[in-house]
Amino acid sequence: MSSKQIPTLSRRELLAMIGTVAGSAVSYRAMASMGLIEESTYNGPVKLEGSPKGASVLILGSGIAGMVSAMELRNAGYKVKVLEYNNRAGGRNWSIRGGDVYTELGGFTQKCEFDKGLYINPGPWRLPYNHHGILDYCRRLGVALEPFVQLNYNAYVHNTQAFDGKPQRYREIAADWSGQVAELFSKVTKQKKLDELMSAHDQEALLESLRSWGALDRNLKYVPGRESSNRRGYEKPPGGGLDAAPIYSKDFIDLPDILHSGLWSAIGTAEAFYHQTSIFQPVGGMGRIGEAFGRELADVIQYNSKVVKIHQDNDKVAVTYVDPKTGGNPRTVTADYCLCTIPLSVLSQIELNVSPQMQAAINAVPYSASVKVGLQFKRRFWEQDEHIYGGITYTDMPIGNIGYPNTDYFKSGKGVVLGAYVHGRNAFEWTAMSPAERVRTAVELGSKIHPQYKDEFENGVAVGWHRVPWTLGCAGSWSEEARAQHYENLCQIDNRFLVAGEHASYIPAWQEGAVTSAIDAITRLHHKVVNS
Amino acid sequence: MNKMKMQGVVAAVLLSTSAVAMAAEPDAAEGKKVYTTICQGCHMPDAKGAVGAGRYPALANNPKLAAKQYPMMMIVNGSRAMPSFARMLAPDEIAAAVNYVRTHFGNHYPDVLTTAEVKAVLPQKSDYERH
Ligand SMILES: Cc1cc2nc3c(=O)[nH]c(=O)nc-3n(C[C@H](O)[C@H](O)[C@H](O)COP(=O)(O)OP(=O)(O)OC[C@H]3O[C@@H](n4cnc5c(N)ncnc54)[C@H](O)[C@@H]3O)c2cc1C
Repeated sequence: MSSKQIPTLSRRELLAMIGTVAGSAVSYRAMASMGLIEESTYNGPVKLEGSPKGASVLILGSGIAGMVSAMELRNAGYKVKVLEYNNRAGGRNWSIRGGDVYTELGGFTQKCEFDKGLYINPGPWRLPYNHHGILDYCRRLGVALEPFVQLNYNAYVHNTQAFDGKPQRYREIAADWSGQVAELFSKVTKQKKLDELMSAHDQEALLESLRSWGALDRNLKYVPGRESSNRRGYEKPPGGGLDAAPIYSKDFIDLPDILHSGLWSAIGTAEAFYHQTSIFQPVGGMGRIGEAFGRELADVIQYNSKVVKIHQDNDKVAVTYVDPKTGGNPRTVTADYCLCTIPLSVLSQIELNVSPQMQAAINAVPYSASVKVGLQFKRRFWEQDEHIYGGITYTDMPIGNIGYPNTDYFKSGKGVVLGAYVHGRNAFEWTAMSPAERVRTAVELGSKIHPQYKDEFENGVAVGWHRVPWTLGCAGSWSEEARAQHYENLCQIDNRFLVAGEHASYIPAWQEGAVTSAIDAITRLHHKVVNS
Repeated sequence: MNKMKMQGVVAAVLLSTSAVAMAAEPDAAEGKKVYTTICQGCHMPDAKGAVGAGRYPALANNPKLAAKQYPMMMIVNGSRAMPSFARMLAPDEIAAAVNYVRTHFGNHYPDVLTTAEVKAVLPQKSDYERH
């Protein structure tokens, strides 16, 4: 670019600039929490053409990755068998319903006391529109989907150190933040401070867009009036009949107060690629997907089988498994190939003969910590008292989120809320608590946002993922260095053995990672079999 | 936190003049706190570990704890199902936890791991995160 030219910003530069002024921390947080942002690579049902020539594949684990593999390989003509530690299909795809009994490591047993029809998803709970693979399996298996509410403008954002610890409505923080930032940016523009950066023509367009983005009035001011109330709500909303004229809201929250409260950090979360609307959940609980797969594969999954040893030679793979309860009754089953979807936290402890590079990769991936707590209340007070229908409240307290049920709106009777979704160091601390302590703490902290908790709480269940006996953690947590060093080694076919699962994907901690990893693994395996 | 730092200073002063054992006093409370709020999530309140599809090893009566470097390196680097805590725990917390498990649950190893020894093996950018 010649220095004489009037510097005009490209669209991209402009966006980047707005990002810097308005929301860099927001997008950083969103992206950092998810790893790399990548569109799903799924493009339609996999086609495995050519004869497998009678080959058999032993699949280890009946999570999403194992069951996608089993279904597709069986359809392609392979002899398949699945060994699964649990007595159910789905793995981390799991819902806990009234009557279910769950025993975590250490022997802590919970019996879920939820009413009939109520559930909590202790693991996955949402399916973004751009996860084409898992959504396509829902379609093919007849799993009904309904909207997941990621963003509820009437839910709260909350910081114990701001606004005297009083929760704020997302709607008001979002409107007052963007309104005042837009006004400030307009002012700077009109003071000619952008002349070095943009042409006059572009500045005009910028001002027009700021007016629209920030709900500014004709004079580019964020002031009480039609535009601002249309965003943040009214002091008295318009009604019908006499005395029905609206009163515009005027008690705006000052920009510095918003900035120092940190509450703006919640604003970007729903804009992340994997959180954008439309986003879905299975009707009746996330576990419906695993259950549907399980029915489809009823005759090939063998439950209550704990794999303890995998040994391959030039002719076959032999897998030894035991009874999970007693550790006894060892049996060995052989096949031509073995596709293993056991989480690396567990697989790294299983005797296995693969290349040193692959073994190093299996050993290299730590699992993140996470805790979820489901709470049953006597009535849906968040709807009845506060007009919150689904969605998420964000807080800086260790509970992190309060997730309201995205179904059964306006029903009388009880309801189950996600009372805590804990991450990071807090999640390790919550894992160290007994399940009852986790529930008690979630109720105590949550009551600072909803005082109704105290009277309405009935019972709860809590899952700390490092105590889940069959994953020992939430999900594979790859550092960039580990990925550079080990990822390709992990995904190789080692003689007759290969792995699949969310840990063998660039979409860790999402079911789409399990689906796309499985499809890639079976495609490469099939290629090898057909060409051998 | 300030109180903890103060205790550290007091301990360091004592250490320079008197026996090593005296430093163990503030450590013990801190070590118990780290163990009961973090470590027992996997290694369990009785330090006997647990077995599921995989397992968490027992720390109780564990001869591998004889060398203080072993548990220190496990906490700092992680291994297999054990994540690294280098960025999550402060150096004094790591030292305290190691000293605690090496003197409890049937383990009787009197030599003390110091915060300085932990700092020496932490990765360069070790600003630990408190969430
Ligand atoms: C808290 C949390 C929130 C999440 N949120 C979402 C979300 O909103 N949306 C989303 O899409 N994803 C989410 N995920 C991620 C998603 O759950 C996983 O990516 C996906 O379910 C992993 O599938 P998988 O087949 O790779 O592994 P798994 O489902 O773990 O399957 C592995 C199977 O192997 C079995 N197994 C283990 N050891 C042995 C053994 N020794 N012998 C025999 N079998 C064994 C296990 O029992 C299990 O059935 C979340 C996960 C967690 C924990």
